[in-house]
Amino acid sequence: MNQLERDLLNNLQGGFPICPHPFRLLAERLGYSEETVIKGVKNLISDGYVSRFGPLFNTEKLGGAVTLAAMSVPPERFDAVAEQVNSFEEVAHNYEREDHLNMWFVVLACDENMLENVLHQIEEKTGLNVLNFPKEKEYFLELKLEVPQ
Amino acid sequence: MELTALQHQLIEELRNGLPICSHPYRTLADSIGTSEADVMNALHQLMQDGLINRFGAILRHRALGYQANAMCVFDIPDQDVRDIGKRMAALSYVTLCYQRERVPGIWPFNLYCMIHGREKMIVRAQIRHMVAQLGLTDVPQKVLFSKRCFAQHAGKYSLSPTSSVIPAGEQHEPA
Repeated sequence: MNQLERDLLNNLQGGFPICPHPFRLLAERLGYSEETVIKGVKNLISDGYVSRFGPLFNTEKLGGAVTLAAMSVPPERFDAVAEQVNSFEEVAHNYEREDHLNMWFVVLACDENMLENVLHQIEEKTGLNVLNFPKEKEYFLELKLEVPQ
Repeated sequence: MELTALQHQLIEELRNGLPICSHPYRTLADSIGTSEADVMNALHQLMQDGLINRFGAILRHRALGYQANAMCVFDIPDQDVRDIGKRMAALSYVTLCYQRERVPGIWPFNLYCMIHGREKMIVRAQIRHMVAQLGLTDVPQKVLFSKRCFAQHAGKYSLSPTSSVIPAGEQHEPA
């Protein structure tokens, strides 16, 4: 990773300007040309370091429902169950974690009823209990993942 | 919250992200059939109303070498959880912080945070620092490191019967 890419990653995680030429403004701040910054951002996306560039919408405020769910999956069934769970288009992330609750995933749906419905369907499909951990409050922070030298 | 037709269109247009070009808002405006000023105003309004949490790059932690991903959970007394949550979110190495419902008898934990790091050893040191800093030594707690992250499904869902699908999956992070 070169200096340009690091500078971009460290300065593009929030607060993108809303003005006629936002990349030019950003380029001036970082000491590059507008063209360099635009090309750099495109490269970060095509190289897979950035999954998406744009506004991060608040699902709940847009009327959607989101939760974190977990299951205790027998190790010998893990891969098969992961496939079953991931086949639901409402499942966004799925992580294997070190715990007896070893599968953790985020579920998004258009509303609370639909969300409940999806969790039930996952239980039916897998024959396993799904624990639901709805969010009560988010403690916001300046999301900054520092990309060092 | 009631969205204007323009806001709906914008959310729709932005589902794959902002056009990466010299004048992205004009490009957006052209494809919707409105003016650049209208697009910028609508985005400002979405920000102000809290419908946009953050505006910028969504990083792929793993691709960037952040392989160590710890979900730390704590059982904090209800009267203290807001204060501790705020202080936890303020720690430089904490990437997400949520308060969640407990599941009685099964999962007593109500405060969650994520720490993404390049090395487990460093993340473990950060967790020790957090526990000491916030006085959580005697609080029931657990650290769940991730072992594998499955290829993420798009995590698609419809906003309303009339709007088409927006990809929210990538916009959410675990825990």
